[in-house]
Amino acid sequence: MTLFLAHRLGLVLITFFGITVFAFALIHLIPGDPVMLMFGERNVDPAQLADLRAQLGIDRPMIVQYGLYVWRALHGDLGTSLATHDSVMDEFLTHFPATVELAVSAMLLAVLIGVPLGIIAALFRGSTTDYSVMGIALTGYSMPIFWWAILLILLFSVTLGLTPVSGRIDIAYDIQPVTGFMLIDSLLSEDSGAFRSALSHLILPAVALGTIPLAVIARMTRSAMLEVLSEDYVRTARAKGLSPLRVVGLHALRNALIPVITVVGLQVGSLFGGAVLTETIFAWPGVGSWLIHGIARRDYPVLQGGILMVATIVILVNLTVDLLAGLVNPRLRHRR
Amino acid sequence: MRIIGRLSFGLLIGLLGSWAARADTLAVCTEASPDALNAQLSTANTSFDVSEQIADRLVEMQIGGSDLVPGLAQSWTISEDGLTYTFKLRHGVKFQSNADFKPTRDFNADDVVFSFRRMFDKSDPFYQSASGNFPEFVDLVAPSLASIDRIDDDTVALKLKTPLAPLLPSLSMQPFSILSAEYAASLQKSGKPGQLDQEPIGTGPFSFGQYQKDAVIRFRAFHDFWGAKDGAQPDRVAKVDNLVFVITPDASVRYAKLRTNECQIARYPNPADLPAMRANPDIKVQEAAIAGTNYIRFRVDRKPLDDRRVRLALAEAIDMDSLVGAVFQGGGTPAASLVPPSLWGHDAALKPYPHDPEAAKKLLAEAGYPNGFTIDLWAIPVVRAYMPNGRRTAEMIQSDWAKIGVTANIVTYEWGEYLKRSRAAEPSVGMLGGTWDYPDPSEILLGFTCNNPGNAMHWCNQTYTDAVQKANVVTGQDERAQLYITADKAVYDDVPLVRLADVKAYVPVRKNVEGFKLHFLGGQPFGGVSLGK
Repeated sequence: MTLFLAHRLGLVLITFFGITVFAFALIHLIPGDPVMLMFGERNVDPAQLADLRAQLGIDRPMIVQYGLYVWRALHGDLGTSLATHDSVMDEFLTHFPATVELAVSAMLLAVLIGVPLGIIAALFRGSTTDYSVMGIALTGYSMPIFWWAILLILLFSVTLGLTPVSGRIDIAYDIQPVTGFMLIDSLLSEDSGAFRSALSHLILPAVALGTIPLAVIARMTRSAMLEVLSEDYVRTARAKGLSPLRVVGLHALRNALIPVITVVGLQVGSLFGGAVLTETIFAWPGVGSWLIHGIARRDYPVLQGGILMVATIVILVNLTVDLLAGLVNPRLRHRR
Repeated sequence: MRIIGRLSFGLLIGLLGSWAARADTLAVCTEASPDALNAQLSTANTSFDVSEQIADRLVEMQIGGSDLVPGLAQSWTISEDGLTYTFKLRHGVKFQSNADFKPTRDFNADDVVFSFRRMFDKSDPFYQSASGNFPEFVDLVAPSLASIDRIDDDTVALKLKTPLAPLLPSLSMQPFSILSAEYAASLQKSGKPGQLDQEPIGTGPFSFGQYQKDAVIRFRAFHDFWGAKDGAQPDRVAKVDNLVFVITPDASVRYAKLRTNECQIARYPNPADLPAMRANPDIKVQEAAIAGTNYIRFRVDRKPLDDRRVRLALAEAIDMDSLVGAVFQGGGTPAASLVPPSLWGHDAALKPYPHDPEAAKKLLAEAGYPNGFTIDLWAIPVVRAYMPNGRRTAEMIQSDWAKIGVTANIVTYEWGEYLKRSRAAEPSVGMLGGTWDYPDPSEILLGFTCNNPGNAMHWCNQTYTDAVQKANVVTGQDERAQLYITADKAVYDDVPLVRLADVKAYVPVRKNVEGFKLHFLGGQPFGGVSLGK
């Protein structure tokens, strides 16, 4: 186990270093610079532009900028935003709870619907039900989020008037951020309608973001379930005369869920990716819309710091999933 | 099971609420978060919009126009030499308050001096709290400023090193908002100087409520606003109790929110949505000419563009009526004068170059290019207020030029890169434009004078340069307007550039929105806007 742990941690360190290089290089490869975009078409004295570049520290050699970035990051300092002059870490922390709230809701939705769908498809393998469930899953998987989100808004908000279009809560509620999680903060507030409003605002973004993981989970559950259902111990359980519910729900599902848990962990990365689009469309003030705004303004510290934080979180989640899988399944940790 | 069913049913029904707005709250869907809540720290319109509600300037702009009106300065005088501006300040102007600060005195000269001094005095703690980041001040006023001094409680003298005719129009911009010196002093005492720019206090029609990053900015009506008294600025008085900027980056979503009445005003619509908006009975689309200009410009020091006949031929080859119709879709009219009609100094007598391919061919032959030539034509890659579709514009010019034997290769880059290369005078035929930030033609026209670093055409015309430079020092507006008309004529005659169209901007609002005037220079005021039934 120690060797397994050391091996995984070593990999994490290398990945971490790779991310800093990658994030830095990619961001600086985007053409254009923040000063140019700040003044746009305006006729500003080139000397003044140069002064501003110097003031922002973006006139120094790339290698110096990279060194400073890594050095500061190691000390927990992600720098300050070029646009707002606020600490990048503070900005990340204000935006992070909104993303967690959205991602967790989307994942819950994906698991709660995806797993049963996968089981149903597996149980009725080869039937119309199987094909339609898997067909829908494939459609969901292939749906571009930005398009799907607009469709959801047009149908449920504009045409049917069932849900609000965007935002986290109705503007009538002036909720002070305590935890940063709107569902919790709205419950803490005196206003009884606030929680209802917060929940209703969460539905469409969670559906839009949860659709792809839902499809992946449904397909994964189906194939894992099919594999397990043909195992000897399932046949034995059936032969013992256990009820089908016990056979499927207890013996088969438990074992089928192991790969599903891994997939859920891996989906965290794609959830963050999807959150960038979902948050921008639904005006959800999370890390995703923050990063998009940062790209538009070439706010290098925000992008470097933001990507580093997101990557760290994804790595940590994957590491945890890895370790958990190793704990649950001894075959994994001995294989290295 | 039954309980769960009932609960979830109840929840579902409960969620089917109506999201209709309340009459005392005006929700405006805006496109992006501000860089700062105090426009002194920013060049972005999103920040100007915030300061416009909260604060005032010494001089202000007439809403929806380009004339200057008195703001916190009731009147002003300019010395003979144009170097000293003396401002007489308004009496009885109240500052807003917040949880940490209650003003004990009215606005006076100390506030004006403080608001400017913090932008240049490096020893001022409030210079430091903003890291000296005052881009508009540094760009527009700092190079000419000598001093700003209090004469008495209600008189301030601003002295310049060199005459600067556009000073007053510049000062009408939100980055020259007047802050409370008393608030600053109290923040300094409590060791929180940063709060000056994060919880701004001003004398404007709305007081700052709360900002949730990337989500909402809340304002409350400020009932002691000076503009309400004696009919000083009645059209800026708050007519709703609450004003909320709902930050919504996606234009289609802003439109959806307007349709569901989650917002009553949605800024920056998708041009493609305008026909549907006009057809919607709940929505009216308001429009105003923007103070902007757009053109294709020539590197006049490069062959074959060094020959005026070639440039004129290229201008006359363009079918501008078709181009403007196709690209601006009713939102533009073919233009000739560099200064748009929404701004003073516009020359109404200039008419667009005639569309005459035959004459153009003849001109090319005279210049020694009977078979035409090949040239790069740059196209703006993004939607700008003055240019909805750079690519389409370039394609139409390309096809018109092909008819006189000129082959144009369309070139474009990512926007930041495009700006950088344009500034470096790379394009032979470059497409660009700009919008004015303050009501003075000089802002854009100075860039085309001889030896100006922004002159990417390398065009040097003495008539033009003399007129524009003179207009920058004389202070009488009529005289200045005449000088700009002379300058404009010089551009038209020598054809270093070809103007495309004068452009309109649009804002869709709900039917019940009253008193909204689309403003095209800097921040958009929401004082004066009310919600009917």
